[in-house]
Amino acid sequence: MFNIPSHAFTMGLSLMILLIIASIIVFLKVKQNPKKDYQELVLRTRSWWWMIAIILGALFLGAKATTILFAFISFLALKEFYSITPLRTVDRRLVFWAYLAIPIQFYFAYIQWFGMFIIFIPVYMFLFLPFRSVMIGETKGFIRANAVIQWSLMLCVFGFSHIAYLANIDRININAGFSGLILYLLFMTQFNDVSQYVSGKCFGKRKIIPKVSPNKTWGGFLGGFIVTTILSAFLAPYLTILTMEQGIIAGMLIAVSGFVGDVVLSSVKRDLQIKDSGTLIPGHGGILDRVDSLMYSTPIFFHYFYYITGA
Amino acid sequence: MNDKPQKKPRIKWIKLLFFALIVKPLVLIGLGLNIINRPKLPKEGAAVIVANHTSHLDTLVLMSLYPLSVINNIRPVAAADYFMKNRYMRWFSTRCIDIIPIDRQVMKAPDQLFAECHQALNNQEILIIFPEGTRSITEERDFKLKRGIHILISKYPDIPVIPVILRGLGKALPKGEALFVPFNSDVIIGDPLAYDENAKTYLQTLENQYHQLLTQALTHPNEF
Repeated sequence: MFNIPSHAFTMGLSLMILLIIASIIVFLKVKQNPKKDYQELVLRTRSWWWMIAIILGALFLGAKATTILFAFISFLALKEFYSITPLRTVDRRLVFWAYLAIPIQFYFAYIQWFGMFIIFIPVYMFLFLPFRSVMIGETKGFIRANAVIQWSLMLCVFGFSHIAYLANIDRININAGFSGLILYLLFMTQFNDVSQYVSGKCFGKRKIIPKVSPNKTWGGFLGGFIVTTILSAFLAPYLTILTMEQGIIAGMLIAVSGFVGDVVLSSVKRDLQIKDSGTLIPGHGGILDRVDSLMYSTPIFFHYFYYITGA
Repeated sequence: MNDKPQKKPRIKWIKLLFFALIVKPLVLIGLGLNIINRPKLPKEGAAVIVANHTSHLDTLVLMSLYPLSVINNIRPVAAADYFMKNRYMRWFSTRCIDIIPIDRQVMKAPDQLFAECHQALNNQEILIIFPEGTRSITEERDFKLKRGIHILISKYPDIPVIPVILRGLGKALPKGEALFVPFNSDVIIGDPLAYDENAKTYLQTLENQYHQLLTQALTHPNEF
């Protein structure tokens, strides 16, 4: 049917079923306690529907559409980052060039030019932006402006673009197609977020970094880590060309890096004294609030995958 | 406000298409808005929105908050000397935006100056006014509020006046710049302003509300 590989189809269907169950639970909760305010929960669930629909829609349309979607998400993330960070008025011109790096970087991912994909932002943009900055001529705040812009490019464009490279790579499980690999990474990262949250609610006591994120506990982290690793091991051979043993390592990497991405972005928000980075996704906050863990798990998973499956 | 709408509203097609095809997509994709307290935005006229002013985008953003079905009823009040200065500008201002021009240079009696505004309010329209009278460079400052808004509203003290703070648009397209750069912007909507017969008190209340709204902003202003 529709030429979707069977494993990817089953995975997509399972996500839908999960979401239907979640929606029914929310619906029943709202019905049972009409007095309590579930507005946030309702919005959150509704947004999940949108996000899943958009991702599955792009995967259904193919690797090209998926690449374009992630380039656009990368743009939204970068834009949100620049909107909440202090910049000088003259830095508008640097920001303009930073945006232009997005289509170029994702194009390299699409044509699978690995060498250029891996050096374009860390080398060429890194050397070019300070030069452009010099041409503007404002030296006050020079170091800070270049640091902010390069760091944001690495975080929101370079790291994130690895998912587009994965979407076009030819190392795929025939039964799952390219969507299998993308669904694996996205699902495991989001699943890790949720399971860390849930296990934190259940057995979270000792705080890991109270200054950055008071809700992060060892119980939550370890619980999420274990569940994510187990599920990753089982899903790896189903959705990707990784074996179950390789899936264990992939799961551990995703669990740890997802956690780190989350707290790095938390520190950014703490520094700027804001709770959410935007209002784009009702019930979740901004786009950075949703993709924070993905920003770290994507490049980490990618390089593990690329190395272990390379000839 | 006992007067019934005086003329039958006709659909302004150019304005409708301009907002549907250009402004709305631009605001949605190119800008991105953090709309805070959206339910406080007046849904129908007569009402007045009083916003701070840092960019040409301000008017377009405020108008884009409204669905296309009511966009015809949203009327920004703008300076005649700038927006009517030649026939191209005049066509754009009256057809695409449908402004109410105000003469900043010629001294006129208030009733004459605000005649069109009063008529728009009688027609149950929503006015957009920038009480500072001009764009300023940054958002973080004392607002130099002019008395015009008080003179206008003193004839209709019962009409809701809603303060709105726009922040970040001065980053996307500041005064004196031509290069548009995408940035998210905040639109923070406040509670209706209480009327006061004393213009000074009235403007002081508005200024206080502006500063209070600024504390809810998500985006960061320019400069470190």
